[in-house]
Amino acid sequence: MEIDREDGRTPNQLRPLACSRNILHRPHGSASWSQGDTKVLAAVYGPKAGTKKNENAEKACFEVIWKPKTGQIGKVEKEYEMIMKRTIQSICVLTVNPNTTTSVIIQVVHDDGSLLPCAINAACAALVDAGIPMKHLAVAICCCLADNGYLVLDPNKLEEKKMTAFAYLVFPNTTLSVLPEGSSVAEGEPVEHGIITSVTHGVMSVDDYFLCVENGRAATASLSAFFRKNFQQSQKDSSKAG
Amino acid sequence: MGLQDSSQDLSTEMEVDAFRRIFPLRFFERHLSESLRPDGRQLGKARDTIVNLGLVSTADGSALAKIGSTTMLAAIRMEVMTPSTDSPDEGCIALEFHMPPICSPTVRPGRPADAAPVISKRLSDTILSSGMIDLKELCLVSGKAAWMGYLDIYCLDADGALFDAALLSAVAAFSNLQIPVVALNDNGRIVAITGGKDQDNASITEKEAVNKEKRKLTLKNIPFSLTCILHKTYILADPTTEEESIMDTLVTVVLDSSDQMVSFYKSGGTALAYSPAIKSCVELARKRAKEVKQILGEMDID
Repeated sequence: MEIDREDGRTPNQLRPLACSRNILHRPHGSASWSQGDTKVLAAVYGPKAGTKKNENAEKACFEVIWKPKTGQIGKVEKEYEMIMKRTIQSICVLTVNPNTTTSVIIQVVHDDGSLLPCAINAACAALVDAGIPMKHLAVAICCCLADNGYLVLDPNKLEEKKMTAFAYLVFPNTTLSVLPEGSSVAEGEPVEHGIITSVTHGVMSVDDYFLCVENGRAATASLSAFFRKNFQQSQKDSSKAG
Repeated sequence: MGLQDSSQDLSTEMEVDAFRRIFPLRFFERHLSESLRPDGRQLGKARDTIVNLGLVSTADGSALAKIGSTTMLAAIRMEVMTPSTDSPDEGCIALEFHMPPICSPTVRPGRPADAAPVISKRLSDTILSSGMIDLKELCLVSGKAAWMGYLDIYCLDADGALFDAALLSAVAAFSNLQIPVVALNDNGRIVAITGGKDQDNASITEKEAVNKEKRKLTLKNIPFSLTCILHKTYILADPTTEEESIMDTLVTVVLDSSDQMVSFYKSGGTALAYSPAIKSCVELARKRAKEVKQILGEMDID
């Protein structure tokens, strides 16, 4: 029994992705990421000297500034800032530039559902554009649960409102390596199956949550492939120009 | 690495307190390898939990929750307001979480703590999405008057697992809540009936109490939460501030009384969460939910 989505997508189908990097000149790195109609602009400044108070001076520090499309900054934005800061801290190599602060500014251009995952993907692309050293990328996806128990990926705003529960999941990107399988395994599972960040809204059963995680993992493969293709494309372009 | 070698040389000569400050991670790992924590707890065990009700006499409902040293004071004040036009039969709950400078040396006056608005938002999301409170019970006169509950949670001592203690204090405060008796006066407005003076007594008996029967809220699907730290292969339940500052991967699982998951919150952190770790965290949260249910049951909270 299939669930009918208004835009005709299958439950596991993502919206069309678009990413462009190096679109702003002043920031050291910038990217715009859109999933369907949800569009987010990310800019990275840094590393700058000095860390903030209460931060560890032996490591690099990150600060995230979230600017909504309209309205004042409230608790929602503060929560997004904290989630993004901790996610970025876990994917970046903090020991390379100790005692520095890197600022990531997120500007919401349009919100049509799945906003936080879109912002995390945009921030990753902007960090790559700025050349900040990272261990791996953070690939973010939104899975939601309808009342008849069906799982849907990458909902738009109307779908998000109708769903009983949704989960924002962030995974490391899938690796494409020449090393034999089994070399990048932790606890019996490939490294890319670990969850970096998970934020859920609404009540769901524990089994449904595991199902969301499974589907999310499967979707990261296509998102990682998109990231890879996008970065390789711009590399080829810049090598042609240079 | 150089640091490890030097600590091995110094560890035989150094005092325990100095070792704890200078090499905190090694200090903890020495304990974890024996499946213990420095305060003697087992890895999966939470700290002693105490709940006291009705401490703030000027509030309509209040509770103090202590998990180990972490202390949270929750108080509710009810006010009558006009409900919005899209939900004329529903009242409203406004939740605010405060971290005054008394709770932690890192919080300074004038600068709100970074964690405060985040915990505030997470708490209101959890309480509203768990369905613990039926907002329709807060309605007085459909379309004209409904209750607005202002829930304020003050952190008096921040020693780790702030979300767990705050949620527990909020649940206890709601169970302690006595909705004030109100009546409809001649102008058609709702007024509160206080323990009046003699001259007011005559007018009070004329008015009819609008909500004489409905003084307590029914709480269904109470959410219970447990915060755990993931560190290599160890899972530590209910961390203290010291543990949280050394090992940075925190996972909060919120389950409700029907064993549904209200929230699985993991915000970054060096360690990634794999399926076995998620399952163990959920198991620990289940056990903790049973413990907390028992503690609340002893105080006659359903």
